[in-house]
Amino acid sequence: MIQNNSTNNGGTAPTDLNVAPLSRRIRPYLIVAPALLITIGILIPFGMAIYFSMTGYTFRNPDPTFLGFKDFAFLKNWIRMFQDAQFWNAVWVTLRYAFWSTIIELLLGLGIAMLLGNTDNRFSRILRVALIFPLMVAPVIGTLIWQLMLRSGVGIIDKFLNTLGIYGMQWGASSKTAMLTVVMIDVWVNCPFVIILVLAGIQSLPKSPFESAKIDGGSAWFNFKTLTLPMLKPTILIALLFRLMAALQEFGIIFALTKGGPGDTLMSLSVTAYTRAFLYQKFSGALPFILVLWFIVNTVAKRIVTAWRKSQYQATGKELEEVAKKEGLIKRLVKGGKAK
Amino acid sequence: MKKLFALLLVVTLMATLFVGVGSAEGEFDWKAYAGTKIQVMFNQHNYQKAITDYGKLEAFQELTGIEVEYSVTPEENYFDKLSVALSSKGGDPDIFMTGAYQVWDYASAGYMEPLDEYITDPDYNFADFYPGVAGTLAWDCIPGHAVGSGHQWALPMGYELNDIAYNKKYFDENNIAVPKTTGELLELSKSLKGWHGGENDYGIAVRGTRNWATIHPGYMSLFATWGAKDFEVEDGKLVCKLDSPEAIAMTDYWVKLIVEGSSPQWATFTWYEAGANFGAGVAAILYDATCNAYFQSYPADASAEAGNFGWIPGVVPDDSGLTENDIKSNVWVWSMGMNANSDNKGAAWLFLKYFTGPEFMLFSGTEGACADSPRASVAESEEYKAIVGQQFNYLESLDALLPNATIQFTPQPYFFETTTEWAATLQDLVQAYRDTGSCDTEGAMKALKAKLDIAVEDLVCE
Repeated sequence: MIQNNSTNNGGTAPTDLNVAPLSRRIRPYLIVAPALLITIGILIPFGMAIYFSMTGYTFRNPDPTFLGFKDFAFLKNWIRMFQDAQFWNAVWVTLRYAFWSTIIELLLGLGIAMLLGNTDNRFSRILRVALIFPLMVAPVIGTLIWQLMLRSGVGIIDKFLNTLGIYGMQWGASSKTAMLTVVMIDVWVNCPFVIILVLAGIQSLPKSPFESAKIDGGSAWFNFKTLTLPMLKPTILIALLFRLMAALQEFGIIFALTKGGPGDTLMSLSVTAYTRAFLYQKFSGALPFILVLWFIVNTVAKRIVTAWRKSQYQATGKELEEVAKKEGLIKRLVKGGKAK
Repeated sequence: MKKLFALLLVVTLMATLFVGVGSAEGEFDWKAYAGTKIQVMFNQHNYQKAITDYGKLEAFQELTGIEVEYSVTPEENYFDKLSVALSSKGGDPDIFMTGAYQVWDYASAGYMEPLDEYITDPDYNFADFYPGVAGTLAWDCIPGHAVGSGHQWALPMGYELNDIAYNKKYFDENNIAVPKTTGELLELSKSLKGWHGGENDYGIAVRGTRNWATIHPGYMSLFATWGAKDFEVEDGKLVCKLDSPEAIAMTDYWVKLIVEGSSPQWATFTWYEAGANFGAGVAAILYDATCNAYFQSYPADASAEAGNFGWIPGVVPDDSGLTENDIKSNVWVWSMGMNANSDNKGAAWLFLKYFTGPEFMLFSGTEGACADSPRASVAESEEYKAIVGQQFNYLESLDALLPNATIQFTPQPYFFETTTEWAATLQDLVQAYRDTGSCDTEGAMKALKAKLDIAVEDLVCE
């Protein structure tokens, strides 16, 4: 057995005997090597995006000189973006879309999962399977299906509204209802993801706390508030993390339904960047929009991950353990201090 | 005598041989690039279907020994995909469908092969194309310069003018006169709400998405008839003219026409929705590409209202003193171009030659349901007229429009940016008018002009 005696016994210098073999020393590096390669693969395009955002790279000028700085624009594209009213509108649209779609999906998903999780009959089992169907549809295809259902005079939803005496619904064609329409489609496509995730969380909850609460006569609301919700919090935060990140980046649903219109009503950061890059052919001018989007997603994701770690401690009771440990340690320290 | 006879025989044989060789050399060698594989990108359209869905592509492959791989992409995303493919400079696709406006972008970026040398092929008969149609695909790549001069960048598959189609059966049954002026068109469109017995039925269908395609058909045709222009060259720079009195008056009219006479879902209408509503009997009038209504009318089972349509060239502004002969139409030409970075230019040319040649175009113009043939030999043939001429006043409207039909836009490589922003402004105006009953068209067009002047500021017109 190799012992580390370099510090505890008065600073003896390491000898050949206590040096680990090479294969053992490089093992940690070999283990992280694949992850490192993937990280590099991710960072190269990211670095390129930052670089090209500072050039004059366009469809008509696809070869900006790299080292000669012929078309080096430095921060020109960035300054232009921050001065552009369409940018601030795009940020606002992105945040609103992400907020509404995520919050509705979480509330609806949680509610449906609770209902399904507390019943086990043939109907609920069929529902659990059927609810997954929208997840199997690409968001763009889902949007086209909804477009047909909402089509004036032809679509099944419009026909249904007609029977109620409601005519002329504009849906994605009006700036008043366009956001509602795309959020509605997003909820249809992605809510099943939240339902499945939360349902799995509910089914993995320990039974004993609920049995104890039942014996003590706890109400359903008490059980939900004090047992289910705290223990489900990590699962809910995972759902929030995935849905919020995807909603912030959403492109397919908005583009397929309205291309960002009417006017600039739905010109989110993704749609604005796509329009400028591929329709206007101004790639370098579009890249700052995408990088700002990355910054927003990254910031939000980090905060949720931090909250998730904390919630895991809370849900498993580890936090209490740690507090107890800390308190015990403090007491010991205090006692020790007094003794001296 | 025998010697003379022998000499004559030799001379005759030699002459026959030379004639034989001559004819063999004159006969075009379709197998010259046998074994080559080419990639073709199509936009989803009747012009593509005529090539891919009737066995003609297989016939070409058999004739030439060239293997053709192709992709078909819906129009809404086609040009985005094509732009990325061309800018990669990988040579794929070798051939692609395009329009004249795209040429301003692709050709000036160096992604298109000039076809001037290829079209001198005597078998091809380039002169058979209507000059006004083929000419829209020639450009000198100088922003602000008109089309028609410079290299020939693409070859036409079919052209589209923009006129007004209406439900003739309903008009006749109800003694409704076709409109002649913009005022009559507005009043008629308003009065046609619920015309077919349904609450959702409305007067006039036009395109409305946040896209360049909203501007170029009916809107741009009436815009030009009104006397308005998008840009003008001043001191070697492009200057936006969308704040002119004509442009403001026309746009103001168009906003009213949409809110009072069109579908409440106008802002999500592409050419497909506009045409489909007309064919289904939901819209009574369609102001769009000539062939859009034609596709709803031919063949006989194309739509619920197929065969019930009539066409007029358009309308003139009230009190303008203009007549039908002054109506202008914007031109769109579906065409095919060759990738400048293609490694298979010889085989690619054979593809172009075959599928824009007179023989194939006669087929596409008749059985292939591609109206508006760009080849005079086809458009004037009895077979073509026997089919397309069945549609009431279709060919007559085309004839009336052709003298004043051209690309009404100022050629410039930022076409898609300027027209998409234009469409967004139009959507804002329609929304404002719908919500409040009025809109500040002048203010919006002035703001748009300022934005577009910045967008084109780096273009030099010389």
